[in-house]
Amino acid sequence: MRQPPLSIAAHTAVSAMGVGLDATRAALRARRGGLAPCDLPGAPEGIWVGRVRGLEEVALPAPLARFACRNNRLAELALRADGFAEAVAEARERHGAERIAVVLGTSTAGIEETEQAYRRRDAEGRLPADFDFEHTHDLYALPRYVRARLGLRGPAMVVSTACTSGARAWLDAAALIAAGVADAAVVGGVDTLCRMTLHGFASLELLARGGPTRPCAADRDGISIGEAAAFALLERPRAGMRGGLALLGAGASTDGHHMSSPHPEGLGAAAAMRAALEAAGLAPREIGYVNLHGTGTRANDAMEDRAVAAVFGPRGVPCSSTKGWSGHALGASGALEATIAALCVEEGLIPGCLGIERADPGFESAVLAENREVPRLDRVLSNSFGFGGNNCALVIGRLPA
Amino acid sequence: MRVAVVGVAVLGPGLPGWAASAPVLAGAAPYAPAPLALPPPAALPATERRRTSPAVRLALAAASEAAAASGRAPASLETVFASSNGDGQVVGAILEALSAPEGAISPTQFHNSVHNAAAGYWGIAVGSTRPSVSVGGYDQVFAAGLLHAAARVAATGATVLFCAYDAPLDEPLAGCRPTVAPFAAGLVLAPPGQGALARLDIRYRAEPAPPPPPAATGLEVLAAGNPAARALPLLRALARREVARLMLPMLEDGRVEIAVAPC
Repeated sequence: MRQPPLSIAAHTAVSAMGVGLDATRAALRARRGGLAPCDLPGAPEGIWVGRVRGLEEVALPAPLARFACRNNRLAELALRADGFAEAVAEARERHGAERIAVVLGTSTAGIEETEQAYRRRDAEGRLPADFDFEHTHDLYALPRYVRARLGLRGPAMVVSTACTSGARAWLDAAALIAAGVADAAVVGGVDTLCRMTLHGFASLELLARGGPTRPCAADRDGISIGEAAAFALLERPRAGMRGGLALLGAGASTDGHHMSSPHPEGLGAAAAMRAALEAAGLAPREIGYVNLHGTGTRANDAMEDRAVAAVFGPRGVPCSSTKGWSGHALGASGALEATIAALCVEEGLIPGCLGIERADPGFESAVLAENREVPRLDRVLSNSFGFGGNNCALVIGRLPA
Repeated sequence: MRVAVVGVAVLGPGLPGWAASAPVLAGAAPYAPAPLALPPPAALPATERRRTSPAVRLALAAASEAAAASGRAPASLETVFASSNGDGQVVGAILEALSAPEGAISPTQFHNSVHNAAAGYWGIAVGSTRPSVSVGGYDQVFAAGLLHAAARVAATGATVLFCAYDAPLDEPLAGCRPTVAPFAAGLVLAPPGQGALARLDIRYRAEPAPPPPPAATGLEVLAAGNPAARALPLLRALARREVARLMLPMLEDGRVEIAVAPC
């Protein structure tokens, strides 16, 4: 079903690539990744992660101190970057605080705080009295924090569909605006490093060992987990926004196949891409670059290659994964990569996969291993897939001139 | 937003499905809480069936009942699953394992810990490839999920299976987040048209909801003690087949207003 485009009036991102868009852009251009050997206590051996340095020192505003946890600190860091909070304040003047929704994705919210609290249990096994489940561990803590921090009064939503959460938040915010519930929305995702996901992916034998992740390489051996926060302000296009960045379409599907393995032929992935193209009213040839989910696991990258080739044709569109820079930021990855897609449109930049010499020779899609500058890049499709067989694709581009 | 209710389901202590519970919800029969039996979902392959937790069984049972009541093919429905606690028992077991010296957790436990585990099992059980979203929302999870589901219907014209469910946590998390009993509600929402049980007009307002009166009856205690059971005022209005205006809180300064009109 066709959907009207929404303007990206402001956006920001924080990941292992850096704090804010300038740092992210510079890391992409210089092909400088943010992954490093994991130095978090109690993590699996021999893994690399995409850690945001200095996060532990970020202070939340005093009236919101009860929300303090790694996830909300990362959210705070991103809200301060790129004038994002100021841009939302201007939008609040235009639309009214009650007409701006907050729709955010996360897979684990502040569970890192709960992990710490479990290690501080008393003799009866009770959690410490200072542990605030409601404002840290609970999924709703994320949009509640962001909504309060930005002085908004519209509906607050938290989406948690594993690794599609951050992309799916964009899709669901677009539905809220289309349904007239809101005139604008703060969308995005935040997920932070925690022992649960590090050990969880280790138990599934899906983590790259002894070095950073190498998405799409023939000898790829798994994921490097990262942490990220990325936000965008979506609103209906206003006069004077012609040619500006926009969400052109969003599509979703499910596999109905397996809880933690994708459909081997990528049927669900292809269905989500086709739904996003249909929503944007675009043919596959009108897409200039596909930012792959590209986790670096054997199964995901092979499945996604088949799905991209099925939708765009063999070698039909340049594509790459940027997880070699940021790691897999799980529930934030779709939001981070939507923002990277927007940067690519602005810069005319197609980043090649980092840390690989060439793509798996068995792949049919045109995976790049070097950056490519192009005179125009008007539309980028960004893929996200997750446990539970959840799939989401976004088309990011420019409003008609 | 105007949506039609074309299927409804309920599961909770003393509320074993819509047909058996409607007289209780309508006030025509007394409410007698009794433990809820949750059979493993028969539609799942044996391997997956064994892996389902009580929370997943709860969600799938309510979703199945609502889909069947709607007369629509289950695989044709978009889904919105809403839960405050998600599979909090599985999350609690993982936290327990992580706090042990070796810190090892099981792969099945980990993939069952995602908030969309119930949605994933639903898709496998009915063979659905339709879009699906899972949301949280603390004490306001029913209102948040309903607003979300209605927006999907209004924006896309899709018919949406909305399932709100919450099951109790184990200690020590239960000490921070008490949940009195398992409860699930299912609604199939469609664009307004023929063959509906009721019509709902749903809107968000940036005004606080009036505080609920102190819980006096058994159903009010259940509604206060399980976030998904905040569905009960709407379910009671549907069972009574009466016009009703409901206000559900969303955060401290907002509310979701629902005007119910039986068809």
